[in-house]
Amino acid sequence: MLPYPLLSASLVLMWLALNGFTIGQFILGCIVAVLASWGMASLRPAKPRLNKWYLLPKLVGIVLYDILRSNIAVASILLTGGKRSHKSGFMTVPLDLENPTALAVLAVVVTSTPGTAWLEYNSLNRTVLIHVLDLVDEEEWRVLIKTRYEALLMEIFE
Amino acid sequence: MSTIEHAGDLPAWAALAVSFFLVIGAGLTLIGTIGFTRLPTFYERIHAPTLGTSWGTGGIVMASMIFFTVLSTRLVVHEILIGIFVTVTTPVTLMLLARAALHRDRAEGNPEVPAEAPVEPAGEAEQPAPAE
Repeated sequence: MLPYPLLSASLVLMWLALNGFTIGQFILGCIVAVLASWGMASLRPAKPRLNKWYLLPKLVGIVLYDILRSNIAVASILLTGGKRSHKSGFMTVPLDLENPTALAVLAVVVTSTPGTAWLEYNSLNRTVLIHVLDLVDEEEWRVLIKTRYEALLMEIFE
Repeated sequence: MSTIEHAGDLPAWAALAVSFFLVIGAGLTLIGTIGFTRLPTFYERIHAPTLGTSWGTGGIVMASMIFFTVLSTRLVVHEILIGIFVTVTTPVTLMLLARAALHRDRAEGNPEVPAEAPVEPAGEAEQPAPAE
């Protein structure tokens, strides 16, 4: 009946948030959530296991703070000069993460932080190619990604 | 929505907070767009719009949440969904565009782009094919 209880619950919640909290909308939302979770089940995605889900708010907090900081950094680069005031470049980061969900989360984190873009992941070498707008010290970025995000993701997912 | 007509009823502190977040969000998005036109290379340009998709959206969403929560005197938070979906879907288009550009640059032999990492394990690639 409910192959993905968490997905169904969040769908019902989303439905109610968008359409108003009434009994009728609740019933309609439940029908949609059950049908959607059946659809999801027929796609057979890998079921992610969250070992330490209570660390998720910590991750969200860190990421929101870092995004805010790099918003300011990138805005100041764009406003002052723009053309040659910075040195951008590619770099590769070796990763120890293997869980596909955790990698997806890391890709979202790296990409939504202005100034860094996740370009391609090589599952064989387990490295990822990243483009950085303000590449002053490669090692600094590598350490930042590995210690600040990857370590936490490893704890949550593996 | 008719609440917009009652915008004058907004208390001063809420009006200040709403305008603060609106200006921050709109300002960041504007800076991102300016950067989009000014940066010289494609790979640098993909960074500029992320200002608009991160705290640019965040600021406007925050302003909307405060505005409607104060006016309708109940918690209005479904704007968070906009933030979540924008954040989760941006990397998809960004990666598609960036990898298409990478592929083209590699095919053209552009020296400024890093070469493709080996797709096969280093040891196996050099082994001769077994005789049949």
